[in-house]
Amino acid sequence: MSLYYTQKFLYQLNRDPLAQRRFRDDLDGLLSEYDLTEEERAAIKSRDVGLLYVFGVNGQILMHYAALLGLEWNEYLDAMRQGVARHGPVRAGLYAMTGK
Amino acid sequence: MTTVFIGVCSHGPGITGRAARAEPGIRDEFYRHFGKMREAIEGARPDALVIVAAEHFANFFMNSMPAFAMGMAAYYEGPIEDEKWLAIQRTRIPGNADLSRRLIGSIMSEVDLAYAEEWKFDHGIMVPLHFLTPRYDVPVIPVNINCQGPPLTPLARAWAFGEALRRACDEVPERIAVVATGGISHWPCTPDSGKINEAWDREFLRRWTQNDRAALVSYTDDETYRDAGQGGFEIRTFVAAAAAAKGAKGEVWFYAPIPIFAVGCTIGAMHINSGEGL
Repeated sequence: MSLYYTQKFLYQLNRDPLAQRRFRDDLDGLLSEYDLTEEERAAIKSRDVGLLYVFGVNGQILMHYAALLGLEWNEYLDAMRQGVARHGPVRAGLYAMTGK
Repeated sequence: MTTVFIGVCSHGPGITGRAARAEPGIRDEFYRHFGKMREAIEGARPDALVIVAAEHFANFFMNSMPAFAMGMAAYYEGPIEDEKWLAIQRTRIPGNADLSRRLIGSIMSEVDLAYAEEWKFDHGIMVPLHFLTPRYDVPVIPVNINCQGPPLTPLARAWAFGEALRRACDEVPERIAVVATGGISHWPCTPDSGKINEAWDREFLRRWTQNDRAALVSYTDDETYRDAGQGGFEIRTFVAAAAAAKGAKGEVWFYAPIPIFAVGCTIGAMHINSGEGL
């Protein structure tokens, strides 16, 4: 796991229009600049918000990313729920589901 | 005495972005109190608005996370988020670099503070500005307290920052309004979004209105996480506002849990009794 760099990638993407252009046009090149595992790279490339949530990406970073992807609010909440259903509980960080 | 207003408000992105999904009666009552705060600020005729925020990774990341940061730019921009998602258009917001520099220099004698000559605003600042300075005609000076990347800024240090901020604001000739913005209990950005611990919120706000330092800084992060969620860490901004009030009591103008806004929506002010404005 290189959760730190997964979050750093998303942080840069969320705030930087140039990174957003590269996200569309040169994703492999952009991703090569971050020390990511294959699983993390695949989750980003498949825009798998649910798996990124399970990795433990900070929820605020992930929410901004979901907005960037154009996910509607309920779609975004469902993506996180489905991530947990498929991959198990959130593995790190502060944004675990309480289930209450 | 040139601190002319001190208030607190919520900033959840749903407040603007999901407005249409809220129950209209309670939503409009909440907005009406944002309007009351705008009028109070306008009546106080501030030269600048210091907004004490809990940003969400628009500028600061775990590669270099300051406990406190303050903007020192001539202008800022925001929101970083998708404009349609937040329902706020991206724009440039005026700052006041010279005033920032004097405030920062003064605060630094008591609290170690990072400064930033560029700063992108996220919903944590843009939502309050949308209601409080909708024409973006008041220079803004942003402050960030680390409420996101542990280890978090200790509550007692947030208090110390609030005291230092007040002293610094009172030293300069400009008239300064201070608005601190954060959630109380909430579980944002999780599938639990919409969960709110109203009893916890009301007890926190009681301590805040009493300006009870010992009670306000007594929460441990473990307790807050358990009872108020990760969003509860943002009480740091309210704690700083209380400290800045120098013992004055506060008043909650509005509080109501609005689940689609993902937070107990709050508007309040301190009776700082500057003799003007409020």
